[in-house]
Amino acid sequence: MITVETDATFPKLILDRARFQPDGIAIREKDLGIWQSWSWSQAKDEIRYLACGLASEGLSQGMNLAIVGDNRPRLYWAMAAAQSLGAVPVPIYQDAIADEVAYILDNAEIGFAIVENQEQVDKLLEITSQVKTLNKIYYDDPRGLKNYREDQLSSYDKLRQVGIEYNQRNPTFFLESVKSGKSSTTSIILYTSGTTGKPKGVCLSHQAWIRAAKVDVEFDELKSSDSILSYLPMAWVGDHLFSFAQSIVAGFTVNCPESSDTVMADLREIGPTYYFAPPRVFEDLLTRVMIRMEDASQLKKKLFSWGLKVAKKSGVDIMDKKPVSLKNKILYETANIMVFRPLLNVLGLSRVRVAYTAGAAIGPDLFEFYRSIGVNLKQLYGQTETAAHVCRQSDGDVRNDTVGKPMTGVEIKVGGDGEILVKSESMLNEYYKLPNETQSSLTSEGFFKTGDAGFIDSQGHLKIIDRSKDIGRLTDGAMFSPQFLENKLKFFSYIKEAVCFGDKREKVCAFINIDLEAVGNWAEKQGLAYAGYIELTGKREVYSLIGDCVAKVNKELAQDSELANSQISRFLILHKELDADDNELTRTKKVRRKFVEDKYSPLVQAMFKGLDMCEITTSVKFEDGRTGEISANVFIQNTARNAFESTS
Amino acid sequence: MTENILNVNKVSLSFGGVAALKNVSFQVEEHKILAIIGPNGAGKSSLLNVVNGVYKPQKGQVIFKGKTWKNVVPYEAARSGIARTFQNIALFKGMSVLDNILTGRNLKMRAGLLSQAIYLGKCQREETNHRKAVEQIIDFLQIQHIRKTPVGRLPYGLQKRVELARALAAEPELLLLDEPMAGMNVEEKEDMSRFILDVNEEYGTSVILIEHDMGVVMDISDKVVVLDYGKKIGEGTPEEIRNNQEVIDAYLGVAR
Repeated sequence: MITVETDATFPKLILDRARFQPDGIAIREKDLGIWQSWSWSQAKDEIRYLACGLASEGLSQGMNLAIVGDNRPRLYWAMAAAQSLGAVPVPIYQDAIADEVAYILDNAEIGFAIVENQEQVDKLLEITSQVKTLNKIYYDDPRGLKNYREDQLSSYDKLRQVGIEYNQRNPTFFLESVKSGKSSTTSIILYTSGTTGKPKGVCLSHQAWIRAAKVDVEFDELKSSDSILSYLPMAWVGDHLFSFAQSIVAGFTVNCPESSDTVMADLREIGPTYYFAPPRVFEDLLTRVMIRMEDASQLKKKLFSWGLKVAKKSGVDIMDKKPVSLKNKILYETANIMVFRPLLNVLGLSRVRVAYTAGAAIGPDLFEFYRSIGVNLKQLYGQTETAAHVCRQSDGDVRNDTVGKPMTGVEIKVGGDGEILVKSESMLNEYYKLPNETQSSLTSEGFFKTGDAGFIDSQGHLKIIDRSKDIGRLTDGAMFSPQFLENKLKFFSYIKEAVCFGDKREKVCAFINIDLEAVGNWAEKQGLAYAGYIELTGKREVYSLIGDCVAKVNKELAQDSELANSQISRFLILHKELDADDNELTRTKKVRRKFVEDKYSPLVQAMFKGLDMCEITTSVKFEDGRTGEISANVFIQNTARNAFESTS
Repeated sequence: MTENILNVNKVSLSFGGVAALKNVSFQVEEHKILAIIGPNGAGKSSLLNVVNGVYKPQKGQVIFKGKTWKNVVPYEAARSGIARTFQNIALFKGMSVLDNILTGRNLKMRAGLLSQAIYLGKCQREETNHRKAVEQIIDFLQIQHIRKTPVGRLPYGLQKRVELARALAAEPELLLLDEPMAGMNVEEKEDMSRFILDVNEEYGTSVILIEHDMGVVMDISDKVVVLDYGKKIGEGTPEEIRNNQEVIDAYLGVAR
């Protein structure tokens, strides 16, 4: 067993892994159709060569190293290699556009960058004029880069070779450098996307991560035999905690998919035992299942819907090990063999022992669906600034409306305005180069202000309501929580995204983004012809389909006296998908509410004025960075309000 | 000066009374992309068919890598380094993408029927190597996600990409692409253009390309040959062709 010493850093822990568990698989990657593995001792060597290579090229303590790309072993090693030298890795979202990248590179004074492929190289070369400090770019995949002549460019392979030679000349350099690492220094800077303003670099230390990961590992009894699929952006706090910190602390295997398009197939091949995904991924999975079931034979459809009924009745209780009647037990086991196990096998979740969701609120129905078919799905709560380490639900104590109890060593309290305040050993050192922001993010007692509104219930579970600044009131005084309504809408597979408006207004209106795959499939079934997304969004039939979904949400809302006023009285289907490239979403796919409201203000006004249609022209940014304009006539539809009916 | 990988010398081809090609000459330089354009029925596909030995011209010669084609049949052309894709997709619809691309390795397979049946030693190693070559192409063209999908289930644009992959599997020195972008949407065309350029750059493959989309032709080709009613009416860089009055009249239409 590896004990974590007091001055532990990730590179030191990796050395320990390589010493005590040399043949354990540290990381896998599917390449040329085959899963290639690296043991901990091989991974250590790779990190060593890379660190030596970077050192000989001039990366040293106190400097930052940018890392851009999909989840690749070499990029994870790059993080550890930078840390070995006392430098700080700065992962950047691989789909960020050049401007965003330029801002981060400039802010972090990046001199060296390790990137995945030509796409990222092009992006960085485009901004070299803006980022004066950047003087070396190393690429992993040489495809398409043969004829690039830029001086800054070099390949990872060359860097590795340089490192091997440097290591031969200075055989003690690497170990000494690792040994001098300090646990309290910044181990990584994660730039938060932020729903407002420019991104901020959150500096977190080795000890913050290691302590958080240690508690997590004990909490869920993670072992070195566990494995995880790493497909979420490396710049996201969740991926760093699960695929880097926890993997090193627990010694489990990280699996990198072949490409972002093959994640589903890779998931099935790997069959991870530990799984982590934001609600969106679980939604997509369910949408796919539903679409495929619609194409299935009658027999299979019947069997599936029977299975779902059985699951709904007793699935969650069985998962929570609560008493269930013998009849229901037998029914569930039958459905398990005939429906759930095969379904989980197709999804690649059959070996999952513990699964987590975080990053946004998850729809209760969605959450219970997975739990009822046998996935031990739980929620966790945290933010980048707290190393995603605040609350977790423990086995058998899972509820769909709370995010669990505080982890060991985490102190939570609710501030005067209902804001949740957190204090733990796993908090940010600072916002990079923003001392004022750092100071204002903390209370005088050192609690971090999360910006989330919520409360702690009688059993000690934390319940999140919304972002505190988003919660408003309708003109009649009723509480209006946009996220709550949006989550309800988003549970319908046809609805991909929703934005509700209602603060300081007399009624609630909503923007809807349809899910192209689900609605497209539905339209095909209906014999509805359409040429593309815009045309589909304008179809009367689609409006009535979405109208039914909204009506169902309204009916549910009507049963709650506090929420009955929040019923959605009008909605429209947006003619374009909200997109992070257009600044409408953050890189973690959260709606930038204010921005969307401003950008589409003619539509918002039209909805509240009672117009039936509105013409709008919006600019869009294509993936290659060009901009264009699309215009459309957007219809607005009314929905019936239900009178409040008490169910009690 | 770079060498010519292909010389087409005063080629004439007729079917009975119909003259498909009249005295056509052009050269393909090594590592370059040549586009052939022209209105429907101009003889573009016939020209490709002459190059890879499907049709035998009545007059003129085809010289490939310094050797004059004499009574060449398509499989010999393929063996000496010419691969092609077709205007109408000609893949095995029921087979997986992987298997389809493996068929492109057929000419490179050395093991006999018997040893393949027994599957031992050399044969096994050979198959591993072929699979590796195919996987590299799959990686190159970014079609990992459809590796095991039957080709018939794929959208049109991806089928075209698979066809390109199969042609690449033969490791050609000259690649003939017959309307690789017909019927594609803008995004698919951009992807395909990118891949053709990458193939040209990475493997150094020379390319002859028939294409109707002028934007694509102007963007990716080093040289353009224009055919009209079997005659060559223009040749030059994209820029020259764009300003060639005869070409504009014949192909882009005359405004009256």
